[in-house]
This record gives sequence, C-alpha cells and structure tokens, in this order.
Amino acid sequence: MSEANMTEQVAGDAPDRDAMTGTIRVLVAKLGLDGHDRGAKVVARILRDAGMEVVYTGLYKSPDEVVAAAVQEDVDVIGVSLLSGSHVPLFRELGRCLREQKADHIFVVAGGVIPEQDYAALWDSGVDAIVPQEARAELIVTTVRNLIAARGRV
Amino acid sequence: MNLFSQTAIEDIREKQAAWEEKELAAALGSRPEEKPAYETECGIPLKRVYTAADIADIPADELGFPGAYPFTRGAYPTMYRGRPWTIRQVAGFGNPEATNQRYKYMIQTGQTGLSTDFDLPTLLGLDSDDPRAFGEVGRVGVAIDTVDDVERLFDGIDLEKISVSLTINPSAWVVYAMYVAVAERRGYDLHKLAGTLQADPLKEYVAQKEWIYPVRPAVRLLRDLIMYSAKATPKINPISLSGYHLSDVGGNALQEIAFIMAFTIAYCEEVTGAGMDIDDFAPRLSFFFISHQDFFEQICKFRAARRVYAKIMAERFKARKPESMRLRVHVQTAAMSLTKVEHHNNLMRTAIQALGAVLGGCQSMHTNGLDEAFAIPTEEAMKLAIRTQQIIRDEINVTSVIDPLGGSYFIERLTRDMETEIWKLLDEVDERGGAVKLVEEGWFQQKLADSAYATFQKIDAGEKISVGVNRYVDETSRSAEVHIHPYDEECTQLQIDRLRAVRSGRDNARVRELLKELAEQARSDDINLLPKTIEAVRAKATLGEICAALREVWGAYAEPMIV
Repeated sequence: MSEANMTEQVAGDAPDRDAMTGTIRVLVAKLGLDGHDRGAKVVARILRDAGMEVVYTGLYKSPDEVVAAAVQEDVDVIGVSLLSGSHVPLFRELGRCLREQKADHIFVVAGGVIPEQDYAALWDSGVDAIVPQEARAELIVTTVRNLIAARGRV
Repeated sequence: MNLFSQTAIEDIREKQAAWEEKELAAALGSRPEEKPAYETECGIPLKRVYTAADIADIPADELGFPGAYPFTRGAYPTMYRGRPWTIRQVAGFGNPEATNQRYKYMIQTGQTGLSTDFDLPTLLGLDSDDPRAFGEVGRVGVAIDTVDDVERLFDGIDLEKISVSLTINPSAWVVYAMYVAVAERRGYDLHKLAGTLQADPLKEYVAQKEWIYPVRPAVRLLRDLIMYSAKATPKINPISLSGYHLSDVGGNALQEIAFIMAFTIAYCEEVTGAGMDIDDFAPRLSFFFISHQDFFEQICKFRAARRVYAKIMAERFKARKPESMRLRVHVQTAAMSLTKVEHHNNLMRTAIQALGAVLGGCQSMHTNGLDEAFAIPTEEAMKLAIRTQQIIRDEINVTSVIDPLGGSYFIERLTRDMETEIWKLLDEVDERGGAVKLVEEGWFQQKLADSAYATFQKIDAGEKISVGVNRYVDETSRSAEVHIHPYDEECTQLQIDRLRAVRSGRDNARVRELLKELAEQARSDDINLLPKTIEAVRAKATLGEICAALREVWGAYAEPMIV
C-alpha cells in the first residue's frame, strides 16, 4: 500500500489550515497488530467534533508507517490507541522512528489499556501525554489543546 | 392458541384503566417519576408495568417447551438438571508451556472445559520471527508456530476427555489441522474430540478486526473447515458465531443478534451452495454472545435469538432435524463494563451479568477477571471468576427450574419486541444484497461505529451511569496497586529458536512442494484445502508459511476506512 492511500481524510479540508487558521491536525493511529479500533474511532470523532482535522491510519501500522503518515499529513499530534499489551516496545520504537525521521516536534498521546506501572517507560519513549480509559471527551480534547498551547502554536 | 381468553384480557384492560385513573394518577400527582421515558439499552420503550394484556397477541406456540421448536425456553429438555453449563475460562499467554500450566491450574480449580486465546501473530498468520510480530509474541495469547507447539499446549491433557475451545479466526483452518495432527499422533479417536473453533470470518471484518485475506476467500476457508470437520471430527463445532465482538465494538443487543444471524445465513448459503445438506452441518454451528449490563434485555436477547435462529433454519433453510434449529451458546460477561476505577466493583458487575446468562439459558460461560481492565487476568482473578460461576450454580438454586422467567408478562413482551426488531434488521440486510456484500462495503462497520459513538456520548453526558466513574465518584480513591500478570520477556526468543530448529530439522524440499500444491488448490474454488493443510503441518510447515502461501494467491485485505 502506498503512503498516499494509507491514510484517509476523516474531516475538514487541508488547504487553508496551519498557522493561518490554527486548526489542530491529529493523526489517530493504531500500532502493531492490535485490532481493537472502537476507542480509536470514537476519539477520532470526538476530536473532529471539537473542530480538529483528524486523519485515521486504519489498522496494523508499524511505527515506521505511522511516523511517515504523520510527516506526510503534517500533523501536530499523533494519538495512538493500544489495547494489546505491547505498548512498551511499540512506543519505544515509535519514539525512535520519530527522532530518526526528524519528526520529534510532533506530540505523541497514548491511550487504550495502559497500566500505571508502565507510564514511566512511555514517558522515556517520548510520549507527551497518556489519556486514561475512562476519560471523558473534554479531557481528551483539552489534553491535545494543552500540548499545542504549551508549544505556543494556537 | 393464545395464552389468555379474550374475556380475561378485556377484564384486565378495564381494571388497568381504573388503576391508572385512581392509584397511579394519585402517585404521579404527588411525586413524578425520575425520568420522562424508560427504555432498554437498545432503545425498546418500557412500560411501568406489564399485564397479561401486553402478551395477549403472542401465540402459545411461540414459547413452546425447552428443547423443542422454537426453543424459546431453552436449548435442551432438561437444561441444567441434565447438565450444568460448562465453566470455560479462556486463557492463553506466552509460550505453550506457560498456557499449559495455567490450564492445569484451572482444571484443578474446577473448570470443566478448556479455552485458548492465541497471540496476535498466530491469529494473523505470522510466525513469531516475522518482523510484523515485533513486540506481540505471546502477549495477548499463546504463541503457536508449528504442530509441536500445539503438542506442548496440551501436554498431559487428555483431549478425548475434555472439550477444547480455540479462539482462532483467520488462521483457524491451520490451527485445526495442527490439532487434528496432534490427536492422530497421540492415537486418539478423532470422532471423540470435542470442542469449538471460533473461525467466524465476517465478524472479524466488522468487529474484532483480525484478517489476512479478502472477504470471499476467508468465507471459502470457513466452508472448507465446516465441511471437512463434519466428517472427520463430528463432535467439534467448526465455528462459534460471535455476536460477542459485535457488541464489544459498539453494537447494541439487536445489532448483536441480527448481524450474527445475517452472517449465519451467509455461511449456510455458502456450505449448502457447495452441496452439503443443511442437516449435515447445522447441528454443529455454535454461538457466542455477550451478557451485558441491561439485565432483562440480555435475558430476552438470549430467548429471542433462539427463536429467530430456529425459524431461520426451519423456514429459510428447510432444516428437518431439531438439532439444526437448536441454538447453543457460550457466553462471556461484558469486558466493556469493567472499570479501572474501584476495580473490585467489577466482581459485582460480572456476577450479575453471569446470573443473566444463566437465566437466559447459556450452555457455557467465561466470567471476566476483575483485573481485565488492566491486563490479562492473574491466577487469583481467574479463581474468583470461576468461584462466581460456582456460587451461581451450586449455592442459590437457580438451576432447578428451566427458563424461570418464562411467562413473565414483561419478559415475554420484551422477547417478542426484540425478535420483531431483529427481523426488521435482517430484512434490511437481505434488501441491501446480503451480508458478504455489506461487509465488503463497510455497512456493518459504519452501523457499529455509529452505535459505539452514541454509547460514548451517553456515558460522557452522564445518561449512562458507570458507578465510580461518572456517578458516586470518590475523589480520594487512587488507582489500584493491582498485581499485573507478568509478561515473559524470554518468550519471543524461545519461539524463534524453536522455529529455527524446526526449519533446519525438517525436509524443506517436501515442505516447499506441499505449500506449492496447497497454493495450487486454492486457485480453484471447489477443492477442500484441509487435507493438504494437514499434510503440510505434519511435514512441519509453519503457520506463517502456510498462510503466506495463500496470501500469494488471494492477496491481502484492504480495510474500508470508516470512522
């Protein structure tokens, strides 16, 4: 599958976004072989309803593919949902790929089933925020907005 | 014949009108009800009270008797008096030895059937040394690469004595082949092997999302499996039609049953289209449903599903054997209902859902561990889950009377209403061209994603209550220090070492030849792929190699992007 059709535009038109409109762009991604996409799709809709431009990767993406899609789509944030228990090695690899492709300005938000005992490992891998399972829509949206605000973008 | 006489119904209607005018009006006058309207989780309106008048239109034959058409009241004439449901906790992690050890612990704790979860690479047809398997080996299930791994998985367990459920999907036909090869190697009588494969491909594309090939070849693989198993291993259920996952991905109770019945119809058409009589395989179709939070709705769901299935088999497929019309179901409590916050509450949630499954007449059950919102369950959590079922079975006397809620005005009305709504959805699937086409188009996927989002919005708005999360929140409660099932970091390397040993110790030319022959057979639609696959696993072809051989013929599945 080529990079061009790996992702699907979920909402909004790209042309007049970025610094002019300040619209936040998010890549909602599934990493590895985890097929649980209920949460990822709900989060994509929440962010879209909050006025962000959301691109969804679809399933079974390697860290490399996710970073390539994020760069190509010029997103501000990658939101990764993982429920397969393999978050520690996969986020480590995602962080490595971001640095390798000089894309570590892109924020990474983690969600899914992630036990607190693994939070430290995720921070070390370059994860910027972890959203708990029971998060309400407001928390998900403000987590993304706060990251961007801290960088001074919006 | 109707259940009540016309005069009795008229009398009840009159008295109800009087009650509404007097007692009810007075009560509503002094204190309004908490909500303007009441409904089930799937949106069926609920009255405040039901009477015989509410079920006057339901013919007595729609209820029938347990173990007889239309099976509303139960799958068997004696139900739990004859045989209690099977306590079947699913387990799988790490190397085959690790899962084997857990099995032995659970059998010792009183579990009566085995059930296997496989890791993601195994499900998706990848060997443990495939780069795509990075980080996933042995994580959410047991890792299986070759027939030797299946031997290790069931080491010391007599497969003629205990039934085994295998939660395997896109690669199911390969794991089945390995299971048969192991049974043959041990000298078992294949006709005595009892168990169930999940092997329900359509629900994978719309719900659990594990796939290898495009939709139609996946359905053909299932057809081959059903037809081969019917003759070679007649006591194995080659499929578990899994409404559970349709619910898990966001579907409501009506969608769970209607969509899984639409898939059932598609599979039956596929197999009968290949020339097999419906009565030669339908008795081995089995089901897997969720037991969710809306207690009465769920009980009625089980009853309505039995009736819908019986009618589909009798009327649409002209089945003649009663066993072809009997819906047998394994139930799992709702993982979606579990919370990380105050996770001990999950014990109560699970116990109530389990009771619902029993009152609904399940044949087998998995109760979730209280720690499943964190990770795969620990031994201690599984013990509590087994104890939950044992308490329901042995302490509270709910197993003596069959379908104890049958005849309740409310239960019969709701069962009937749900059945009606299920038929409407099934008609829509037929009108739109059938299940296979709609899976390819993403129709089911869109319906389920919409339903998931609607549920989220209800929770977010506080309309759907989650105790401890959006109601009765204890600000001082901290996230629990839960002991989490450890992941064995050595697991991947051991699988890889074993794969290397197998590849260097086998006749590689023979394996290549068999894989070539298998791929050749896959090109024509009328050859059953099971015999050649069994030959290949005996020759130590790996699961990844077999799946890859057919991927070259059929290609990979491209997911329709639906959010």
